[in-house]
Amino acid sequence: MQADEDMRKKVEEALKKTAAYGEDFDLDEYGIAPHDVESTDNLSELSEEDQRTLLNVGFTPSEENRAGSFIMLDNAVSHTSMRDKDVVELMSLKDAMKVHDWLKDYSWKLVKPDADKYTAMSYLQEADGYFIRAPKGKKLKMPVQTCLLLGSKQVSQTVHNIIIVEEGAELDVITGCSTKHGIEKGLHLGISEIYVKKGATLKFTMIHNWAEQIGVRPRTVVHVEEDGTYINNYVTLKPVKSIQAYPTVVLKGKGAFARLNTIAVAHPGSELDLGSRVIFDAEDTKAELISRTITTGGKVIARGEMIGNADRAKGHLECHGLVLGKGGMQRAIPILEANVEDIELSHEAAVGRIAREQIEYLMARGLTEEDAVGMIVRGFLDVGIQGIPDELKADIDATIAKIGESAI
Amino acid sequence: MLEINNLTVEIGGRRILKGVDLTVEAGYTNVLFGPNGAGKSALLMTLMGFSGYNVLEGEIIFKGEDITHMSVFERAQMGMGIMTQRPPNMSGVKLYDLLNVISKDLKETESLAETLDMVRFYERDVNVGFSGGEIKRSELLQLSAQNPDFVLLDEPESGVDLVSIEQIGKTINQLLQKDCKCAGDRCKHGKSALVITHTGQVLDYVEADRGYILCNGTVMCSGNPREMLTEIKEQGYEECIKCKLMKI
Repeated sequence: MQADEDMRKKVEEALKKTAAYGEDFDLDEYGIAPHDVESTDNLSELSEEDQRTLLNVGFTPSEENRAGSFIMLDNAVSHTSMRDKDVVELMSLKDAMKVHDWLKDYSWKLVKPDADKYTAMSYLQEADGYFIRAPKGKKLKMPVQTCLLLGSKQVSQTVHNIIIVEEGAELDVITGCSTKHGIEKGLHLGISEIYVKKGATLKFTMIHNWAEQIGVRPRTVVHVEEDGTYINNYVTLKPVKSIQAYPTVVLKGKGAFARLNTIAVAHPGSELDLGSRVIFDAEDTKAELISRTITTGGKVIARGEMIGNADRAKGHLECHGLVLGKGGMQRAIPILEANVEDIELSHEAAVGRIAREQIEYLMARGLTEEDAVGMIVRGFLDVGIQGIPDELKADIDATIAKIGESAI
Repeated sequence: MLEINNLTVEIGGRRILKGVDLTVEAGYTNVLFGPNGAGKSALLMTLMGFSGYNVLEGEIIFKGEDITHMSVFERAQMGMGIMTQRPPNMSGVKLYDLLNVISKDLKETESLAETLDMVRFYERDVNVGFSGGEIKRSELLQLSAQNPDFVLLDEPESGVDLVSIEQIGKTINQLLQKDCKCAGDRCKHGKSALVITHTGQVLDYVEADRGYILCNGTVMCSGNPREMLTEIKEQGYEECIKCKLMKI
């Protein structure tokens, strides 16, 4: 008990602790997002507008081809459904803590509550979120979809998620984060602790679709055990005030593998500080970090970091940033660190405009300048993310077409 | 089809072409000879309208219209197409997606892709990691998909092994509709082309109508392409330069 009390005091102190990167938000400027929201059992009853919001972050309201669905609105869970309870567990983290006594050994173990003011706030708010667990050996054919929605004005939403993929299991999770129509200003603070156990695979796709005055501070740490695989796709193409994230993957077991893809567009007024960090703590671990960012007038900082602490660790980092139009900024910061001898880490980084030669090559084939830019941009952003619903694909294409037009 | 009058072009402050006059009649395939650095590629790039090639003087008339200051897209729309020597790496642009967008007849393109053994490149990024021969085949496939009336070919045989040269030669023949044996009809409906060749190998497969020799950015002379090739092989380009000097 005393330990809890000490921790609480420490975390309260951390409320003043500015994060290492990104614009500093004054938490007092934001109210606490409501904890009591109406639950929606049948998603088809949602308004067309709400359904569109969900679709645009990869969440299918019909729940077709989904193993389970979870929606959190502000600070409360508004929808949970599962197709087959034996294949996957999906519930609110608070409910899961009541059911599984052992879960306390997973909660706040990867992310430190006193890391910065945002983690502190989430801890002190006793943030709820989703708990997803694929039991040992279970291989899910369909993805689990979750959506974290900000539905009130000028509030901060705090979320705490835990995903556990048990030994030999395979899980695919799509998480969409968005604001309800008309919500312009707010804060989203999200803690995610992800455990990929021996021989397990997790594919985690996160799509962000915020509004122009939203601040976003996710804090994610992933542990991957022996021969485990973690694939992370992160997509944010719409205007937002500021996103600062630095998800960290620790490859803890021999032969573990991670791939992190980041696709982002910074519109005028947006600041994206997006990092990915992989720590190679076991032998024969491998990782690939791919970041493709575009600025159409906003600020992009793409950090990529690989720290090799064990023999035969191998990693490659690719950081490409396109500058389209005036007033934008691209900064690529690749960091490679070798702490033992037998390490192979490499990176390639490039920032700049689309080569005129490439645009004219397509124009010589009969494409207009706009279509040529659109085709190149689409190709630039295509890192082969699979399983995105058609509606989202159409939305992504429309966004890219707009980017193409504005780039001329 | 194409008429170039007194064309002077600079690249990065250097005059590469000086007062070039050249004509390609409808249905004709004309060949451009010349030593390295003569400005042959620059002429083709200028005709297509690529940036960096600044026309200081003269005009380019295509299908009766002055296109000297038109964009690359407008020229392509009017029926001009090009196969360059070193096309850029198009990272992220898949060959099939591009063919799909530019094909006038996708079925025909797909069948040609099979002939050229390019189907296995459909999901590859255009030109990225392609060998010399693969680039040529991909470019020819794209050009055929686009099906222009006037084709600019920059050394279609360079970097291609002997077996593939035959295939490429035949494909160019097809593209230029050389199988149409009626000269009169070819004049009316046939395709025209301006082809750069170093070795003349492509002439074994593609019948050329007229040859031009370009040295130091200037047209030295024009005439029967086969005779020209024989003389160049025997005497080199110095003879052309001497010959031109004698005339002045």
